Amino acid sequence: MNGLLYFGTLGIYFLGTIAYLAYLVKPRPQLGSAARWIVFAGFLVHAAFTLARYFEAGRTPITNLHESLSFFSLTIVGVFIIFDRKYRISILGSFVTPIALLLMAASMLFPMSINPLNPALKSNWLVIHTVVAFLGYANFTIAFGAGIMYLIQERFLKQKKLGAMYQKLPSLDKLDDINYRSLTFGFPLLTFAIISGAIWAETAWGTYWSWDPKETWSLITWFVYAALLHGRLTTGWRGRKAAILAIAGFFVMLFTFLGVNLLLTGLHSYK
Amino acid sequence: MNIIVVGLSHKTASVDIREKVAFAPTNMEKPLAALVAIPDITEAIIVSTCNRVEIYATTHDIAGGIARIKRFLADYHKLSLDTLDSHLYSHHGEAAIRHVFRVASSLDSMVVGEPQILGQIKTAYGYAAEFKSSGIILNRFLHKAFSVAKRVRTETRIASSAVSVAFAAVELARKIFDDLSDKTVMLIGAGEMCELAAKHFLNNGVRGVMVTNRTFERAERLAEEFGGRAVQFDDLFDYLHKADIILSSTGAPHCIIGPKDLEEVMRRRKLRPMFFIDIAVPRDIDPKVNNVENVYLYTVDDLQEVVTANLQQRAAEAKKAEEIVDQEIGQFFKWLSSLEVTPTIVALRAKFDEIRKAELEKTLANWKDLTPEGQKRLDACTAAIMNKLLHPPTSLLKQAGQGGRVDLYVDALRALFELQTGEPEPGDLQDLDD
Repeated sequence: MNGLLYFGTLGIYFLGTIAYLAYLVKPRPQLGSAARWIVFAGFLVHAAFTLARYFEAGRTPITNLHESLSFFSLTIVGVFIIFDRKYRISILGSFVTPIALLLMAASMLFPMSINPLNPALKSNWLVIHTVVAFLGYANFTIAFGAGIMYLIQERFLKQKKLGAMYQKLPSLDKLDDINYRSLTFGFPLLTFAIISGAIWAETAWGTYWSWDPKETWSLITWFVYAALLHGRLTTGWRGRKAAILAIAGFFVMLFTFLGVNLLLTGLHSYK
Repeated sequence: MNIIVVGLSHKTASVDIREKVAFAPTNMEKPLAALVAIPDITEAIIVSTCNRVEIYATTHDIAGGIARIKRFLADYHKLSLDTLDSHLYSHHGEAAIRHVFRVASSLDSMVVGEPQILGQIKTAYGYAAEFKSSGIILNRFLHKAFSVAKRVRTETRIASSAVSVAFAAVELARKIFDDLSDKTVMLIGAGEMCELAAKHFLNNGVRGVMVTNRTFERAERLAEEFGGRAVQFDDLFDYLHKADIILSSTGAPHCIIGPKDLEEVMRRRKLRPMFFIDIAVPRDIDPKVNNVENVYLYTVDDLQEVVTANLQQRAAEAKKAEEIVDQEIGQFFKWLSSLEVTPTIVALRAKFDEIRKAELEKTLANWKDLTPEGQKRLDACTAAIMNKLLHPPTSLLKQAGQGGRVDLYVDALRALFELQTGEPEPGDLQDLDD
């Protein structure tokens, strides 16, 4: 059953990605609504899979890389659906669903097994800390997608190449707005994730902060986004600069999430 | 019943003919009433715009109907039919349906894809509905035409791009700013193109206009016209940062705004984007301005290129639109043919039932010792025989309604059983819709 849901999610995300990519280059509005429904269906199946895992493991399925990648993918799609509903920006799906699909596909590389949890980590903080962190990550992924779209659209406008994709992409101001809004959600979530992590660390390991690689890199990520938000609010870093920083921030965040686990060793290296 | 179209348009008649044949929107009741008073014209709609005058009508007699409507057009406008006739076109059957679908979808317009025509036909239909000159067929026909036009608009990009330089500028601004309602336009210098573009921006809801000119009086005059404010030309750089969209067309022999000037301007704007449109020849704005972050510079040639590309795109989209029209014609024609089917079926059943009931009554009158139970059974038995007999022709007719031979069957049945059918009632048609 779990396998069916898992591969079902993968398959539907694959179809959704194809539909969104086709929507990006083909001027057919029907493709957009088809893609939206496919991805929504994928989200439901994915949520069902996550729930099934939850009941099977008896805890939030977020303790090994397989589960984390899948959960990250789930939050990205969920946050995207909310943004699409609120800001009517379905073309964002062409840039965000491929990421969700890639993360899902990457999760196949890691064992699906359910491992016993280190007793020290058994705590409600597990849910709070990780879910909040992933919601923050998902918002940064939206900012990343909007940033890429901004750079593409800006290039079209500067070079005066006004083709089908230019028509499809929203205005620069709107993309900049999405970038900003996703940060205003993502940044507080990341802040809360770091604080809750520190509190949890104190109860589990007896110290708030131990400069574990994950902690260090989370802090670096936090500084990148803090700088971006600060620049935006004070000196008006908007448009191109904001887009580039949101893209850079995404890669730093990705390293915090994946690189640290795969390349560095520390308290957070679950595999 | 046949749909016919008689009319003239920018393609067949010059404006001096068109204006003579136009109908005043204030007085539509009289011509519409006159039209449906013509023998054998059952329904009529008049579409009258500055580019076309057309009459859509229903009739049993195609040639006669067309001739009578032509005569009506000439008489009503007190013109000689001989001079008018060479400008008139007429369509019937599938061609009439195609024509109206194309007109509504703006495929027959002077500027293909322009959106006004659909509204004009809706208005025309409104008059016909108000003065009751349209009935079941034209109602359905026009609603179908509206839905075809809607399909064309949503499924093709025929009307999605600007085909004038001024509109192209507005569209570009929308791709930079999204919302124009809090944006300010600045005009530097004056000129027809510049003013036209400014008007378009105002019509599209920009918040305000600033005008500057070497001759301050001129700036003041334009500012007054646009409800904006005039700025001394020497103060240009004190105000430039307040403008989001800049339209420039001075007669200056060299550039008046360069990338260096914009550094300070952008700092004061906190990097909010700026959109420069340089209409002047020679240029007013250094092309390097386009390289400044968050600044976009378009010359009039750039805009012209956008317009040319859009026109080409419209031509390509028009092909897709024609395909949509083709699909929808088939569907509507099917419905039109099926109109005759339901009344025929109803009449056939009525005829059979009438005979059955008459014979049943005769039989029962002479059959005194039959129990009420027996009477009921006899009634049921004859009804069953009738239904069994009627089933094959009924289903054949319904199927023929989806093919092409429906007229043949309808005529044969009417002749064979001496059926008389009136005009179809709205209620009869529900089950055959779509």
